[in-house]
Amino acid sequence: MKATIIVTLKPTVLDPQGITIQRSAQSMGLAEVTVIRQGKYFDVHLAESTPPERGKELVQKLAKDVLTNPVIEEFRIVWEQKQ
Amino acid sequence: MKFGVVIFPGSNCDHDCYYAIHSVLGKPAEFIWHQETSVNGFDAVILPGGFAYGDYLRTGALAKFSPVMQAVKTFADKGGLVIGICNGFQILTEAGMLPGALMRNSNLKYVCKHLQIRTETTDTPFTNRLGKGQVLNIPIGHGEGNYFADEDTLKELEDNQQVAFRYLENPNGSIHDIAGIVNKGRNVLGMMPHPDRSSEQLLGSTDGKLIFESMVNALAGSRG
Repeated sequence: MKATIIVTLKPTVLDPQGITIQRSAQSMGLAEVTVIRQGKYFDVHLAESTPPERGKELVQKLAKDVLTNPVIEEFRIVWEQKQ
Repeated sequence: MKFGVVIFPGSNCDHDCYYAIHSVLGKPAEFIWHQETSVNGFDAVILPGGFAYGDYLRTGALAKFSPVMQAVKTFADKGGLVIGICNGFQILTEAGMLPGALMRNSNLKYVCKHLQIRTETTDTPFTNRLGKGQVLNIPIGHGEGNYFADEDTLKELEDNQQVAFRYLENPNGSIHDIAGIVNKGRNVLGMMPHPDRSSEQLLGSTDGKLIFESMVNALAGSRG
């Protein structure tokens, strides 16, 4: 099983890095870029033998307890679709 | 009375803290390696500045999983004195021992300079040698000292007088100009400015020493 975890700042939290990147985009002439929010991306691979329920549970736990600071961040999990 | 200074991989103010306690204050101090599972025998624990675990993932985020932090948490739960300075403050918030979080400075710059902070409460074991409103000349050196907490948490901090220090001129965007806070039990302090770098006149200020002296005072008092 493979999952991608995307961590972003909560919408209510100011993102000075995103703002600075957005300003750079403006100054290089990309006037249509009005908002950029920066975040983090994690690829997580689980052992093939992991039961799906257990996998979901532990990826949720990993995202919640390790990858995210709940005071300022939130996350979403995207599971890789089997071919 | 014995102070312990925790060394994480990436700590870089561990020796400054040790020096301030051992050589300036003349009190016993020992280093505590991050793999230790106990802080028995210590009366106060210092989490020093630096970049624990390279500040990977988030500042302080990986340090909270180190064996020593479980012991420090237990120690604090029993009322032991814990002071986190700079990266130590970041670790305390990540470990859930202090509320809120420390974010990237609002101007995105690493700020390293002497500035002034105001003592907001003297009712803590870290500020009992200070006067309310007393202004300290103390240095900061951080890129992620922008304190943030939600409105309910801020209200609780203010209502319980848990804000220990505020910046006179906010260097990093911290909400309510917060430079340092204590927990509800008032035995855990986190602060971005460095008392360890302002304990000797040679470094430009001795104001930081008052914080360590307050701890000594509190520990001496608690032993009757």
